[in-house]
Amino acid sequence: MTQYALQQVVNALSAGSLYALMAVGLALIFSILRLINFAHGDLMMVAGYLAAFSLFAGLPLPAALLTMIGGTVVVGLLMERIAYRPIRGAPDVAMLLTSFAVGQILQNGTLLASRLGGQPVQIAFPTPGLLQGVVSVGSLTLSKVNVVSFVTGAVLLSLLTVFVTRSRLGLSMHAAAEDLPAAQLMGVQVNRVVASAFGIASALAAVAGFLYASQAGQINPYLGFTPVLKAFIAAVIGGFGSISGAVIGAYALALLEIIPTALAGIADILPPGAVSPAFHDLLAQLLPSSLASFRDAFVFLFLILMLLFRPNGILGGRAREEAP
Amino acid sequence: MRVPLPARGPVLAVAGVSVIVALLQLSGLAFWQGLAVNLAIFVILVVSLNLASGFTGVFSLGHIGFMALGAYISAILSLPLREKGDYLPNLPPWLAGIHLDQMLGPIPVGWLLATLLAGLLVAGVALLVGAVLMRLSGHFVAVATLGFLVIVRVLLFNFDDFTRGSRTFSNVTPYTNLWWAAACAVLVVYVVWRLKRSSYGRAMFAQRRDRWAAQSVGISVLTPRLIAFVVSAFFTAIAGSLFAHFITSFSPTVFYFDLTFRVITMLVVGGMGSVSGSVIGVGVVLAIAEGLRRVEDSTLLYGLSGILLAAFFISVIIFRPEGIMGQREISLNSLMATLRPWRKAPGDGPPSAG
Repeated sequence: MTQYALQQVVNALSAGSLYALMAVGLALIFSILRLINFAHGDLMMVAGYLAAFSLFAGLPLPAALLTMIGGTVVVGLLMERIAYRPIRGAPDVAMLLTSFAVGQILQNGTLLASRLGGQPVQIAFPTPGLLQGVVSVGSLTLSKVNVVSFVTGAVLLSLLTVFVTRSRLGLSMHAAAEDLPAAQLMGVQVNRVVASAFGIASALAAVAGFLYASQAGQINPYLGFTPVLKAFIAAVIGGFGSISGAVIGAYALALLEIIPTALAGIADILPPGAVSPAFHDLLAQLLPSSLASFRDAFVFLFLILMLLFRPNGILGGRAREEAP
Repeated sequence: MRVPLPARGPVLAVAGVSVIVALLQLSGLAFWQGLAVNLAIFVILVVSLNLASGFTGVFSLGHIGFMALGAYISAILSLPLREKGDYLPNLPPWLAGIHLDQMLGPIPVGWLLATLLAGLLVAGVALLVGAVLMRLSGHFVAVATLGFLVIVRVLLFNFDDFTRGSRTFSNVTPYTNLWWAAACAVLVVYVVWRLKRSSYGRAMFAQRRDRWAAQSVGISVLTPRLIAFVVSAFFTAIAGSLFAHFITSFSPTVFYFDLTFRVITMLVVGGMGSVSGSVIGVGVVLAIAEGLRRVEDSTLLYGLSGILLAAFFISVIIFRPEGIMGQREISLNSLMATLRPWRKAPGDGPPSAG
């Protein structure tokens, strides 16, 4: 029983790292531009395809990873330059809708590219052997990809924190997020700062995409939609626009997500005789094993509640747009 | 008989639409008839989304969820008894006995009732959802309504007993024809048109323009938003019923983000806040999409139409953010003024030309 719970927690930590890698990118861009970049999930998808095609082409893993990160960063910079720069400062919803359109372009572009490359819509991801299989820690059996996801996430997020708080560029980002015109007056080159934010966010999304694809084992052009929504929820939980908040929100969301899964079918998992038969039946009725398939509904219900009652996240943070 | 001037527009519009529908029906061109039904359904979807989002400034990304509910509810209600037993064997008894498939001569009264019921039920859902969500603003409400769309999808996938889950829901009787679709579209356009000029509509625009000023003169923010949201959801559910009984088989995947994005493209291209703009937006986007689809079919470059449509959408947002019409409307007078030199009757204008 405790083993089952531990297993779930490890899964949650691994998912949390993925969400965090995505949520941090969303929050970074939002804090500077007030843009919810929904195409962020599609960057993750593009990264999956770049990695898959590089590996298909016979590149060794490190070269494939570099190609993937480099390619995704280029795509991220292009989308900022072409689509988002012209509408900087436009109404929130116009920017949001533009990001949907950018996402459509990336999805359909990938569809077209993989078709021209002679691949079906859904392709099996060539997960490197390094990430396949399981490791045993004591009595726990963990899949390698989960462990790697967690560790990678933790390392990259720490590096990012150091970068944002210590480097000159990181401080410029902070200044731009605080007050864009004032930062500009102080000599911060806004275009450079925004481009770097997109570059960093894209690189993190690329890593998340690779880990996600390795976990899922297959990729399709639409795989970015749910992760970006999850990352958005994570960012909202953490107070949109704050990087540390986004990280906390991501792990909180991942732990939250396992609750329905963990509760579902708990009656079936309990060893016989652990509880009275009447209580067992009650549990089975209240928490049927089908509960887990409603997970996303619970999560989005939670999002709506968060937006209503704690729009500034569990940590509070800057005020929302409500003021006149 | 002389019709008083204010009523002339609607009368001419109805006459124009009837002539077009009759000609199409007589022509026997199945492709164009299908396209016209699609056009009418999209007109309902976009005009009602305009009511909820363009009029009030509260952007809803969840409307396709209302459409999905409307489609499933009306399809379940109107399924004939025998097929219901074979098809949805686990329905609760009170629902299993309902079969709204009665005909009154050529009129499918059962289906009309099912559609109305679907609309009312969905409006009830919208009232609950809206009472909560209409308090939010800006992109937060957009994402929260997107959350609603995801929730609806999860529910449709998981309530197998009612919806067959991820399996296709087929055998839906094809009641929807060009007449019904066109009639509903004209009705929705007319109601939303009138609503825009009513005090309710003015309140919606007022709180969108400046909520603080509106509140200072006693216009609440929540009430006009909620009215717009609920009425719009009602119409959207009717579009769902028309859609369900037109394509006759569907699954939850149909009602998701692609359709949402298509409808939003039409809305933004036409102009948020303009009813005639919405109708024009539907025409323009549907024409482009249809043209691109043919290019795609002949070149086998699938994905091309999606890329070009999205690029078109982005360029509209960058270069003409107010869309084709902005908040303006085509009125009979302006149309007459444009057409005066030729002395033409403006009857064959878009259905909203009044």
